[in-house]
Amino acid sequence: MITQDIRMSPQRSLLRRWFEPKSIKQMAPATAVIVYGLLMLWAVFVLFPLYWLLITSFKLPADVNAGPVYLPWIDFTPSLHAWRELFVFDYEDTLRAYINSIIIALLATALCVTIGSMAAYALARIQYKPKFATIVLFVLCLVAMAVVVGRWGVDWRLSLAVALAVFFVLARAVGRHFKATLGNGDILFWMISQRILPPIVAVIPIYMMFQSVRLLDTHIAQILAYSVVNLPIVVWLMYDFFVTIPTDLDESAQLDGATRFATFVEIILPLAKPGLAATTLLVLILCWNEYLLSLFLSTSNAQTMPILVAAMNAGERGILWWSMAVVIIVMIIPVVLMALVLQRFISKGILLGAVKG
Amino acid sequence: MTSGTGPTTTSQLGHVAPAGLNASVTTRARLNEWLDRQSRQIFIAPAVIMILIFSVFPTIASLVLAFSNIRLRAGSYQVQFVGLRNFRKQFFGTEQFHFLGTFTSISLLGWIVTIASAAGLIWWLYRYAKQGFAILGFIGRLITASVGFGLALLFSATLFSGNPFGTLGVTILYVLVGCTIQFLIGLGLAVLCAQPIKGRTFFRVVFFIPLMITPIGIGYSFRMLADTTKGPFSPVWQWIGLGDFGWANHAWTARLFIVIGDSWQWIPFIFVILLAALENVSRDQVEAGQVDGASGWQVFKEITWPQIAPVAATVMLIRIIEAFKLVDLPNIMTSGGPGIATESMTLHSFFAWRALNLGDSAAIAYLLLFVTVVLCVSFFNLIVLKRLRPT
Repeated sequence: MITQDIRMSPQRSLLRRWFEPKSIKQMAPATAVIVYGLLMLWAVFVLFPLYWLLITSFKLPADVNAGPVYLPWIDFTPSLHAWRELFVFDYEDTLRAYINSIIIALLATALCVTIGSMAAYALARIQYKPKFATIVLFVLCLVAMAVVVGRWGVDWRLSLAVALAVFFVLARAVGRHFKATLGNGDILFWMISQRILPPIVAVIPIYMMFQSVRLLDTHIAQILAYSVVNLPIVVWLMYDFFVTIPTDLDESAQLDGATRFATFVEIILPLAKPGLAATTLLVLILCWNEYLLSLFLSTSNAQTMPILVAAMNAGERGILWWSMAVVIIVMIIPVVLMALVLQRFISKGILLGAVKG
Repeated sequence: MTSGTGPTTTSQLGHVAPAGLNASVTTRARLNEWLDRQSRQIFIAPAVIMILIFSVFPTIASLVLAFSNIRLRAGSYQVQFVGLRNFRKQFFGTEQFHFLGTFTSISLLGWIVTIASAAGLIWWLYRYAKQGFAILGFIGRLITASVGFGLALLFSATLFSGNPFGTLGVTILYVLVGCTIQFLIGLGLAVLCAQPIKGRTFFRVVFFIPLMITPIGIGYSFRMLADTTKGPFSPVWQWIGLGDFGWANHAWTARLFIVIGDSWQWIPFIFVILLAALENVSRDQVEAGQVDGASGWQVFKEITWPQIAPVAATVMLIRIIEAFKLVDLPNIMTSGGPGIATESMTLHSFFAWRALNLGDSAAIAYLLLFVTVVLCVSFFNLIVLKRLRPT
């Protein structure tokens, strides 16, 4: 193979020079050509759909239907036709969906990150010892309730109350005879493993629950559902950050008389800021793009952007690609901007920590 | 889980405030103190309660639905227990073609695949049993093996015998083929980007973008691109003579189409995390390897890969979990068609729900949950844990 003295020798053949790195920190010219070539190829593959979306939004219907034209000002004259259509004539539906999306994504993210980071902090700092027997008992009560409701058609509110009452009585009575406890690791695993649950499994009962309290097609239903779906991600990522912060800080704050809440808000959260920001952005993007839950939980009033875009399929004249392109662009602009911000965090390998653990 | 189970410590509140102080200050101080004492519970209770209400309870309720026949009455539901009927329908009854696929006799190739996979799985179990027998481990592997054998049999009877397969097969196909492609390309891009190149930030940002874009948008953009008369590649299609060919009209091209869209979105995820992992690999060892004259491939295999393998395994676990949930792309790009060729199980369940077959819908969702849990837990135990703790 390549040895030092060949590399030193002045009369290297052209071929050698072509395939040999100049130094250990550089690539051989041939390798460089291949590497850059492949990377550029992939960049084109990534960017071309976006480029096509962009130019389609500036095309007139005739330009789209006549066959492909590629370059603005050369192949076709860009026109604001589709944009004007959306912003001037047709803005009501889009605007409403857009505002719905913003409200739901922001509030769901806020709720999810708050609850999730509190739980993550608690799991990183406080020792919990839930009794194994109590949990088994709780699940048994729920299952018994479900069976009673399903098999004999007892009213579910009544049976839920009875089940909880039975659970509390039994937990008090029997609880102290069982010693086996679970630890924080088990709670953490339980929370994170909720992500495995396909949303379709839970969404039908969730739909029925919201229907029974008349919350279907409202913001609050979607906010709650989105935040639960993304809770595992927050707990997982934030736990990883809180564990790396030394416990001395909490302890000294508490010696100074700060409550746990004050410690959490004023000392720990500021230290976990990069992680918090990355997590928030990630959840925000996931909420913004959420489709299935919105499909179940909204019909018209609380419809979000993904549903609006998906529904544009149903036109008598086929898909109006130009207006579709405009709506999709409007929808992805905030996310792409967030992605550029999030990229800064990701390049620091922030998400890597959680994956490694 | 913890809150409300153990004996609570609220009984010592009375003697906190000395008499004579301003009432409101006392109340607030008492409230603060009470809150601080309860902070153990308060910190974790919201998350636990939310998960219990919106995740655990619906999962159990869904199980009830899966065993029931549900009829809509004015504003309410009438639930009637029907036992395993919903599941029987999927496996043996009228919905068999939809869930499992159409069966005729198994072809020779099918038998070969079946027997080979059975032999492989039995050999694997035998080796485990011989190595060191633990009852839990054996039961776990037995479940993995039987699900694996079931899937092998399913594909033998459908794919390898030339019959169309149902939504279970399609979902597994998306997971296996999609994740494999995404892993290979994602890893390849990460390795390329980890070379000493200029403009790494540019590539990283560009490659990262697709992950953020809504799947609905991706679905429509790819439909636009794949259009053989109006799309950008239509001259190419005309030239090859496929001018009126529709991607979405043939089972395999439609599936390929969806896998491409899915990969476009998810390769960035694998790429970004593997790149971060590659950047953490110690340069010294790599350079030492290079100085010793190891080829690029040897350096990768012997030095780099062992260091990034745990991360790679975890990333793939996350990816596989998400891949089982795929629904938006098939719904947008092909509406599950042609026929049922691209329908994932989530979409199948959604269609059943839309047709008001709530029992079927819940049964399919539960079958999806079962397959997901078995395959993900197997992957976790057999690959991720082994990678994290190499023995």
